[in-house]
Amino acid sequence: MAPRPRTVDQPAMEDRPSGKVVAPLGKDLVGLEYLSPDQLRMILDTAEPFKEVSERQIKKVPALRGKTIVNLFFEASTRTRISFEFAEKRLSADTVNVASSGSSVSKGETLVDTARNLEAMRIDMVVIRHGSSGSAKFLGDRIRSNVINAGDGKHEHPTQGLLDMLTLRDKFGRIKGLKVAICGDVLHSRVARSNIWGLTKLGAEVAVCGPATLMPRDIESLGVTIIPRIEDAIQWADALNILRLQLERMTSGFIPSLREYNRVFGVTRDRLDKAPKDLVIMHPGPMNRGVEIDSDVADGEHSVILPQVTNGVAVRMAVLYLLAGGSPDWAEGGER
Amino acid sequence: MASEIVERCHGTDGLVLVGIQRRGVELAERLARLIEQAEGGRVARGKLDITLYRDDLQAIGPRPVVGETSLPPLDGKTVVIVDDVLFTGRTIRAALDEFADFGRPRRILLCVLVDRGGRELPIQADVVGTTVDTSPKDRVDVQVAELDGKDAVDLVRAG
Repeated sequence: MAPRPRTVDQPAMEDRPSGKVVAPLGKDLVGLEYLSPDQLRMILDTAEPFKEVSERQIKKVPALRGKTIVNLFFEASTRTRISFEFAEKRLSADTVNVASSGSSVSKGETLVDTARNLEAMRIDMVVIRHGSSGSAKFLGDRIRSNVINAGDGKHEHPTQGLLDMLTLRDKFGRIKGLKVAICGDVLHSRVARSNIWGLTKLGAEVAVCGPATLMPRDIESLGVTIIPRIEDAIQWADALNILRLQLERMTSGFIPSLREYNRVFGVTRDRLDKAPKDLVIMHPGPMNRGVEIDSDVADGEHSVILPQVTNGVAVRMAVLYLLAGGSPDWAEGGER
Repeated sequence: MASEIVERCHGTDGLVLVGIQRRGVELAERLARLIEQAEGGRVARGKLDITLYRDDLQAIGPRPVVGETSLPPLDGKTVVIVDDVLFTGRTIRAALDEFADFGRPRRILLCVLVDRGGRELPIQADVVGTTVDTSPKDRVDVQVAELDGKDAVDLVRAG
């Protein structure tokens, strides 16, 4: 492509690696299912410079100054909530945290009423974590503020999917053609669904591996293959994304016992030693050490579990920044 | 321009040339090389992307690709900001804000290839390659060989 002169003081469109105009993300980030491959790449590319912001001595840029963001967490979370909060603060937004206990939610207020009341106080964005699948979209359709899904039931956890993709891209330099095995409790996992949508859109091969009782019906319709035995998944894959066994969601005997689960499906050093190559090990946390993952694997040299957490802040900064831009016609280049 | 920088800064001690993404970075690199040839020694360089410090995120929406920012220690240094075109002055305002988050330079100067007038803020350049009179709707396009294949400054009149 012949280089184009840049118009001074206008967004330099040709500076983008892909060289094409990517559609803005829209008002909400509900799931990776609804994004195009170009939009996914745009988020990952935008996350790159934000990594550096967190390495500065003054870890703050004024991009979202004056924006008010509410973190509405109806389910327990440490990593995701704090990661979002750091991302917001490092972009200079003002943040408020609302947890379900200790708020009017425990008095029976509905989700929409809670959000509308918050909106009446003039907020700009809501980050929501909720136990019901579809709650983020439900809320996004009913309020004017931007809504970011931080995990809705068994549906999606898009920023986790994005940070997993960013970590894989850091490690392998690409996503296309990678073989990623998602192991464990796929049934209850929104992380699995976001990974499947995002990774397959960018051209990775995805397989799922876990007990038949924890495998959703028709999971193959999402474009993944089922590998029933963990040994076979380890033979096949370049990277393992090991899911947490969601003990709190398991009320009726999905597995005989934790010990048996570890014996049959646990990712252990012995099993990894039989792999033809070194596998990159990911886990969204919090880990059940000795159940789905052994300690010497989690802390081993090929584990990227902590880099995943670091990338989480950068990815969330990128998402907040891109959603905050507002003006849908920015792609035409604005006046200044 | 290189010798004028050296003169203005009383030598190359503690001199840091900081280019503003993107074409300012290439210009700063060239000036640094010229100064090194003339004076010997090594001149520190940095690059700065001011996208996150702009005051018009609302108006134009985010630019998806934010460039790299990498700066050497700035405390007590003489920093020369290098950019291709000086127009409204808002980019430089953003750059000054960003420097404040990275340290406390002893002195900051501004060096631009083209001053096209049209300032909206009380900001002036110390070292200027050339000055052109333009109206706000005109475009001044600077091309550098490293990015665009050739060196050129085009003035495109509006209409």
